[in-house]
Amino acid sequence: MFNNYQEFWNLLPMIIIGAGIIISLIIEMYSKKSEVILPWFSILLFLAAGLHALFYIGDISIVLQNMLATGGNVNIFHAIFTLGAAVVTLLSIDYLKKYGIYFREYYIILQTSVLGMMLMAAAKDILVIFLGLELMSISFYILAGMNRKRLNANEASLKYFLLGAFATGFIVYGIALIYGAAHTTSIDFITSDFNLLSGNLLFVAGVLLFLIGFSFKIAAFPFHMWVPDVYEGAPTSVAALFSTGGKAAAFSAIIATLFALFNNGGQGNFFTPFLAVISVLSMFYGSIVAIAQDNIKRMLAYSSISHAGYLIIGLAAGNYDAVAGVIFYLAAYTFMNLGAFGMVALIEGKDETNLSINSYSGLGSKKPLLAALLALLMFSLAGIPPFAGFFGKYYIFIAAIKANLTWLAILGVISSAISVYFYIRIVVLMYFKTSDTEIEFEGSNNYMLAIILSVLIVVLMGVFPGSFIDLVTKFI
Amino acid sequence: MENSLLLTYLILTPFIGSFLILFFKKGQEHLIRYTALAISTIAFIISVIIYFQFDSANAGFQFIDKFHWIKGLNIHYHVGIDGMSLLLVLLTTFLTPLTLVSSWSSIESKVKEFTFFFLMLEVGMLGVFISLDLFLFYVFWEAMLIPMYFIIGIWGGKERIYAAVKFFIYTMFGSLLMLVALIWLAVYAIGPLGYFTTNLIELYAVSPQIPIDIQTWMFIAFAFSFAIKVPVFPLHTWLPDAHVQAPTAGSVILAGVLLKMGTYGLLRFNLPLFPEVSVAAAPYISILAIIGIIYGALVSMVQTDIKKLVAYSSVSHLGFVVLGIFAMTQESIQGAIIQMVNHGLSTGALFLLVGIIYERTHTREISDYGGIAKLVPVFAFALMFASLSSVGLPGLNGFIGEFLILLGSFKSPVLGSWWFTVFAASGVIFAAVYLLWMYQRVVYGEVTNPKLNGLKDMNNREIFVLFPIFIFIVWIGIYPSTFLKVSDKSTAKVVKQMYNPEKINPVQMGLIQSTK
Repeated sequence: MFNNYQEFWNLLPMIIIGAGIIISLIIEMYSKKSEVILPWFSILLFLAAGLHALFYIGDISIVLQNMLATGGNVNIFHAIFTLGAAVVTLLSIDYLKKYGIYFREYYIILQTSVLGMMLMAAAKDILVIFLGLELMSISFYILAGMNRKRLNANEASLKYFLLGAFATGFIVYGIALIYGAAHTTSIDFITSDFNLLSGNLLFVAGVLLFLIGFSFKIAAFPFHMWVPDVYEGAPTSVAALFSTGGKAAAFSAIIATLFALFNNGGQGNFFTPFLAVISVLSMFYGSIVAIAQDNIKRMLAYSSISHAGYLIIGLAAGNYDAVAGVIFYLAAYTFMNLGAFGMVALIEGKDETNLSINSYSGLGSKKPLLAALLALLMFSLAGIPPFAGFFGKYYIFIAAIKANLTWLAILGVISSAISVYFYIRIVVLMYFKTSDTEIEFEGSNNYMLAIILSVLIVVLMGVFPGSFIDLVTKFI
Repeated sequence: MENSLLLTYLILTPFIGSFLILFFKKGQEHLIRYTALAISTIAFIISVIIYFQFDSANAGFQFIDKFHWIKGLNIHYHVGIDGMSLLLVLLTTFLTPLTLVSSWSSIESKVKEFTFFFLMLEVGMLGVFISLDLFLFYVFWEAMLIPMYFIIGIWGGKERIYAAVKFFIYTMFGSLLMLVALIWLAVYAIGPLGYFTTNLIELYAVSPQIPIDIQTWMFIAFAFSFAIKVPVFPLHTWLPDAHVQAPTAGSVILAGVLLKMGTYGLLRFNLPLFPEVSVAAAPYISILAIIGIIYGALVSMVQTDIKKLVAYSSVSHLGFVVLGIFAMTQESIQGAIIQMVNHGLSTGALFLLVGIIYERTHTREISDYGGIAKLVPVFAFALMFASLSSVGLPGLNGFIGEFLILLGSFKSPVLGSWWFTVFAASGVIFAAVYLLWMYQRVVYGEVTNPKLNGLKDMNNREIFVLFPIFIFIVWIGIYPSTFLKVSDKSTAKVVKQMYNPEKINPVQMGLIQSTK
């Protein structure tokens, strides 16, 4: 299977998770304490895989008969997925207890979905992308309905499954057309023949279908319908994973396939008009509709649509700065959103109470530390310096302007200015309003650890973005 | 170049100090207040040291510190000051401790948080005035919104939430457009320089080569952001809300320093970066400035709330500053800089006085007052002093600034008409009307409101706060060259850039000179 020890070593992050899944299954079968063991075991796996990916980021190679790549940006994505998943696991422990929905398979499916994401990021072949995508998506459908006794969780799961399957259909059809035109599924071969292929209508249609399918996964307008309902119905810890890992994985696959195409011979970006339109619609739709939301999970869902729009600006620009910018933005967004969802999971009461944004009234005087952390996350999501969210936007706007898409950058900042309103509203409620309702916290230590870690990363990435940028730009 | 680090110490002092404040516990309010006073005083002392080491014969930037910040994007922590920023840095560090002391009685809840935000605000303001990297500048410019937003929103008046959100979104919207222009400029620099840069000094050399139509858009993007902050008519609508709803300390800093960030931005970025467009745009912006002067004054005249009156007077006074900047003569720009300082001192003093009387009576309606001269003679004297300074009485500071601006605009080749000066001068008369009329209704006459009986006069702490401000009001009024000489060379350099014959097209010059 492996040609040599080095290949094995380079693939270790994925192997760790894969082996972990099997070990977790065994633990689940034989141990009665799996509820206590599994989360910490998962965190251990995620940390081991993430740190391995970060430490051996320079080991760039293509392994397993041109199927998978390792090192460089692949490893950065692996680190984002695994460290993000570690935070999600930390959030899940008390959340599952709160709802009484620990059904043993939870952590195993979580690990499986992460393995799927990692495959997508590492893929060098369109079929591997598909494999990873399905591994991730099917795990997600199950996770969305984890709260199985609740009606809206079932609705979320079914809705996600149906629309997700529909999107997968687009992707498969796209892959079929691409294969029909290019006679190969290897991304490298397709890239080297791009100039020939770009005149082939079959090929262009295939790539467009592929893009449309992924637009579902990244929650871009007009393929966003599932997002608010699924985020609202799914357990909050799971919604945190959907909005971060799931989105980042879909973007990693698009970057792996499309940037190679875009950069071919500096021909300019073939799909820029399509992407630019999707981006503008997503940004504005997300920002404007989020203003009208009263449920914080729905608000974050629309915010997620809007952020997908900013990220697509990077895809539309399609230059080297854009790759770096999108990766930076995804990393920043992952931890901002994990922090925000972590806060929602913590404040949320049993039976889905305290989900209205009004539950946050007066948090500033009741729980000053929590309020300060959430305020910081909101400022970062709104893109206000000196936090990571701002720097991500800055980088993406640089890419857009370099690609002569200044108008897109201008629309981007207008949309950010609109989005400030609903992020700031949470801060207004927390600090400027008072409320008499008491919020009870159960076992908040794990939550706090997860939130504080996320905030720490957001602040560090905002104040010292340099080292992360060096890491990203080194391998493009 | 050797880093002198003085400016870095200056900005680190309140930054580290604000985190120190967080370690205090509830019930240690006194300790928090004195610590904050000590921290901000240290910052003031550092800035005074900088003033004495400053070489006023040098028109360039001094005390430059430059460190790599984000290597990948060639962004530096790059700070330095010239004569134009030095005075504003001094104004900031001077007003901060005084304002903190003034808040001792008015801010009673959440003292720790207030002090934290206030020191952070000082960091942001200083950062804006000393940044020589556009990215760094933008970070400070935006980050400064957060503490001000909290100060208005938590400790403000009845409509504080509305005012805070309006302030935040208004300013944010303007600055985001500036962000796009800023990135565009940095990307453009790749052409002539070969690398992406946000270094202001390098961009000064590059930006005049940008095609003129694009320069126009960039000028608009920058000017829009700064005009909101100043505020230039018709972008001023956030100002009365924010000023009136903010707590006294917030209003003082808002009027004293924050508004100057807008005019400073025009002077530091718009003029030198886009000289040609600035010259072409000067008449239009000056017309807006004059509308602001007259409109602000007329609206002030009909206010029934003292704080609102002072707030609208800011629109009027800042109009003078903008006129001075866009008249583009050495006198007018010197006048604009000194007027920024003057406005900080006299309007700051007025807001402090309004705050002092409001704490005692809990009303700001002019009609609730009358005849308080007999009850609170010291206060009446202080209010007279601050009003006269704001009106521009010769011998006090306001006169110097307004006189220089009017003189400069009268002979300005860029404006090309003395009508600008005529209309602007009417603002001086209006200022006398609304301030003295307010003074008459509040202070003179008989005491009609029985609630005013037993009104206490200013205590020692309040006198201690106002006294230093009054010293500088007189100092600038009598011997302005202490301050004017600092900015002399730097303003001369800006003016010279504007009249660089290669940069200005002769047809335009001919048009302009027709009045001479």
